[in-house]
Amino acid sequence: MLNWFARQFGSAPLHDPTATPAPDVQRDVKTTTCYMCACRCGIRVHLEAGKVRYIDGNPDHPLNKGVICAKGSAGIMKQYSPARLTQPLLRKPGTERGAGQFEPISWERAYAILVERLARIRATDPRKFAFFTGRDQMQALTGLFARQFGTPNYAAHGGFCSVNMAAGMIYTIGGSFWEFGGPDLDRAKLFVMIGTAEDHHSNPLKIAISAFKRRGGRFVSINPVRTGYSAIADEWIPIKPGTDGALFMAMLHVLIGEERVDRAFLARYTNAPQLVVLDGGERDGLFAFDPAAGPPGDGRNPHNKLVYDKASGRILHAYPEGIADGCEPALEGRYALDDGTPVAPSFQLLRERVAPCTPEWASAITGIPAARIVALAREMGDVALNQAFELPIEWTDAWGKVHPTTTARPVAFHAMRGLAAHSNGFQTVRALSVLMSVLGTIDAPGGFRHKAPYPRHIVPNYRAFNSPEMIQPNTPLNAAPLGFPASPDELAINADGSPIRIDHAFSWEHPLSAHGLMHNVITNAVNGDPYRLDTLMIFMANMAWNSTMNTEGVRAMLNARDPDDGEYRIPFIVVADAFQSEMVAFADLVLPDTTYLERHDVMSMLDRPISEFDGPVDSVRVPVVPPLGECRPFQEVIVELATRLKFPAFVNADGSRKFRDYPDFVVNFQPAPGIGFLMGWRGKDGESPLRGEPNPDQWQRYAENNCVFQYHLPRDMQFMRNWNRAYLDFAKEKGWRQRNDPVQLALYQDSLQTFRLAAEGKGGGRQPPAHLRERVVKYFDPLPFWYPPLEEAVTDTEAFPLNAITQRPMAMYHSWDSQNAWLRQIHSHNYLFVHPKTARAAGIADGGWCWIESPWGRVRCMLRDSEAVEPGTVWTWNAIGKADGAWHLAPGADESRKGFLLNHLIADTLPLGERRISNSDPVTGQAGWYDVRVRITPAEGDETSPHVQWARPDVDARAAAPHDSAEK
Amino acid sequence: MQLALVIDLNVCVGCHACVTSCKEWNTGGAAGPLTDQHAYAADPTGTFFNRVQTYEAGTFPDTETIHFPKSCLHCEDPPCVPVCPTGASYKRKEDGIVLVDYDKCIGCKYCAWACPYGARELDEGRQVMTKCTLCVDRIHDEALAPDDRKPACVKACPTNARLFGDIHDPQSDVAQAIRERDGYPLMPEWDTKPANHYLPRRVNKAP
Repeated sequence: MLNWFARQFGSAPLHDPTATPAPDVQRDVKTTTCYMCACRCGIRVHLEAGKVRYIDGNPDHPLNKGVICAKGSAGIMKQYSPARLTQPLLRKPGTERGAGQFEPISWERAYAILVERLARIRATDPRKFAFFTGRDQMQALTGLFARQFGTPNYAAHGGFCSVNMAAGMIYTIGGSFWEFGGPDLDRAKLFVMIGTAEDHHSNPLKIAISAFKRRGGRFVSINPVRTGYSAIADEWIPIKPGTDGALFMAMLHVLIGEERVDRAFLARYTNAPQLVVLDGGERDGLFAFDPAAGPPGDGRNPHNKLVYDKASGRILHAYPEGIADGCEPALEGRYALDDGTPVAPSFQLLRERVAPCTPEWASAITGIPAARIVALAREMGDVALNQAFELPIEWTDAWGKVHPTTTARPVAFHAMRGLAAHSNGFQTVRALSVLMSVLGTIDAPGGFRHKAPYPRHIVPNYRAFNSPEMIQPNTPLNAAPLGFPASPDELAINADGSPIRIDHAFSWEHPLSAHGLMHNVITNAVNGDPYRLDTLMIFMANMAWNSTMNTEGVRAMLNARDPDDGEYRIPFIVVADAFQSEMVAFADLVLPDTTYLERHDVMSMLDRPISEFDGPVDSVRVPVVPPLGECRPFQEVIVELATRLKFPAFVNADGSRKFRDYPDFVVNFQPAPGIGFLMGWRGKDGESPLRGEPNPDQWQRYAENNCVFQYHLPRDMQFMRNWNRAYLDFAKEKGWRQRNDPVQLALYQDSLQTFRLAAEGKGGGRQPPAHLRERVVKYFDPLPFWYPPLEEAVTDTEAFPLNAITQRPMAMYHSWDSQNAWLRQIHSHNYLFVHPKTARAAGIADGGWCWIESPWGRVRCMLRDSEAVEPGTVWTWNAIGKADGAWHLAPGADESRKGFLLNHLIADTLPLGERRISNSDPVTGQAGWYDVRVRITPAEGDETSPHVQWARPDVDARAAAPHDSAEK
Repeated sequence: MQLALVIDLNVCVGCHACVTSCKEWNTGGAAGPLTDQHAYAADPTGTFFNRVQTYEAGTFPDTETIHFPKSCLHCEDPPCVPVCPTGASYKRKEDGIVLVDYDKCIGCKYCAWACPYGARELDEGRQVMTKCTLCVDRIHDEALAPDDRKPACVKACPTNARLFGDIHDPQSDVAQAIRERDGYPLMPEWDTKPANHYLPRRVNKAP
């Protein structure tokens, strides 16, 4: 009644819109680090009465400078997700795996089960414990756990993520995109972005692209689809999926053919002038060397090589004579050593390689007009070479030459999964890296720039274990489970050449699988190839859904039993996760993890730090709210298990506990003197950053400083770090590098050639089994080349004429956010986007239901017309479709009824002769997600098919969801 | 004074940061809560003051993809105000923000019909009409640091595509941006004089 009077007689608002709701509530602001995706921005968490009220970007954080993305702002709803796991769960005796019949158990019981089981495996055959982790950022800890256990069967998710990008670039320039390096858009004039997933390094890249455009830079996007970042490109160049390598080869053809290359850079900073043996013998294709100067140069010791000096007409040592003043190392020509051995500079071989790769050749493959390829190549060359400028920064190179200025090469590139997720991705990324190198854009202002601890050696000095004798009961592995092989000697194979690892990583099937092949584990374990497992532990990876190929097949495999004894082929599956993903249903034991707001975490230099171009940065998370229910941070679980299992690194000589908990471990564990998980505020007094004694107050110092530590290198150490004397010395001193040698760019990759020679039966060392020889010879080419994705050779491309790919929505991180009440309103289901001509030709209307079918499976989904896609390609958003009931969504939720998953169409293995082999890159084992060929046909019905039912755990201890009027 | 958003379509990548940061601030702020229906079931829907729509223009290969964030435009002559039978819809004299007084709103939806831009959202949970407040409970809050006295969407935007200020002050960033970048209002023919403006795409052509 009072309101009614007010309405009649007053115009003043009744409701003061500026009044603070609940003014008497206690308010608090804590800083920590976001984990709604792997970008890891600084956030401020605003608490009211101890509950999260608001999360915004931290303006004092170097990564995001106060901004935040759609996911970050929706982080509050993760706390209220109905899909939270809140207590350890054990599959009920006598029930089927996958039926969702669990009993809650105590942590003490969970530890007892695990310790009994893992101790027995470790004492008998450590290989039988496999530990694979998903989208985590804690591989320094999980890797240490696996190594201390003594199992070779450990990796994170890089094998199905972007290992082609990492390996292709690291084997060429010593660094890679994303957290290891990126485009210097502050100084670039031209930015070329190729096939980028838009959920990666997202806020820093958005900030940089916006500022770049506003400064007048030109932005070109090469992508089959125009979404997201490509939408604001000045020019969109559509390309057929899997053909980028042909484009780069043609651009190299133009640039090299028209002399638009940085010859001085090539001569001094790359292996372009170094002489390659061309005698058809045992060292054919390797670099020539001087026997009197020590062993031959290889990937790890690259400096005993030779060049031909045009000034003197003599063959000289590449270092230091070959780079001395007055020397003119030849980039072209053919020469002979004193003993008559024919040789040529590697650049000559590159020149010959790209000669037939004409723009017309590439046009027929890529769908891009030849004139456009030529014009873009010329534009790149013009910007890099003719629009260059000097920064007034004096620096000294590795051979003591002082350069009074630093030369910019203002053309910057960025690429990610669009190149990587193809079975030709490694060589495609090699081609891009060589393209960037001939333009001189490596760690130059305006070009590609490294982030500490990169650049690494080429090849990085990380050797994995390489013999079965290194795996012994109750003994830590005396080498890392993962590494960067420089030659066949470093493969993880048995004497007969067969794989040691369950995922076949570092075997002749995928020799340079630096990130492992998580996508092979379940298939191989079920097939006992090369042996059966006892226990498979999966952390935070949805291997029963969007993180696997052949989804339905893999789900069946997870439940497969041995006909002889009726036991599961994978006897025990442990899943650690914070949420009820599709994978959780297949667990025998579920370990409930916390959310990112409930735990300590480190973004470590030993792992994947958040470094900036001008110096290293690491950061932490600290708990801002208590864990829900019985949740425990997985890090704590790892430290506890390692302690109870008495791993040497986790117990004292008397077997007593070394670390109180995970924060204590982070402060006090040192893999090398003065080096720990965190580099900030080291030293007892906190005054020894980067390297120093453990500081008991280290966590406190991070918490007081926005949870981040940033170190700015002096200006003269910020560029040209592959060859920068001051930087190389500094990086060695701080433990980021083992040596202070310069990192010469590998236009020609002689480490690849060692594998090829072995496959040709040369060199007297390890050789591949017969069925893989031809494959290794073909793909281990020391020069980049383009070949069609492997799937084309086993697919009738007339019957399946279209390419099918996925894109990453910026408001959703993988499968992780359908439980999020706000984000799922942005993407509750997905469509298949198809060019109208392609759709009409198939007889399907805009908005109609259709079958999308590959040789390996089919899915019924809804089609949407789009002019923003290359007509030979269809695409959809990644990981929106869900199993019905998973992630604690109500039965019949949009995600299962209207959303769909493309993974059903993608094979986990492909035929290789009479055998089958992983559907992956033959060099690195990167999953070939984007190789699949499809056709589309009209469909009856109006629901997604296959309709996969998820068994909801019968234990329901979720937190109540606020603001949910429909469920009240 | 007429506060407004000026949105730069030349840099908006359609990331939805503005959408959820708005939802987050306002659901716990003076204008909240913004309720959701079927939050974890089929056909989820809820109140958002700000949404991003995506359009395509042109035909392949000369296709443009345009991300278009839209919220209440805080018209200088807002048609939603005079139609309100209870006086719940009003325009603040001091800063030009158009607001709804929930204590007066009876949920009759006349304002939503009057708004030519579809900017109003009936909150199905509360049965009151809601809309963008330009975060009136942030921008005048002296308890916040000066840099934080901005709408949540403006602070969140990773591409800094959302400028905020007084379009009547010719020296303001927003007035300058409108002048120098050909900023335009939506549907000027309706004479609503929207305060919010958009900055068009600018293409940096190949040499």
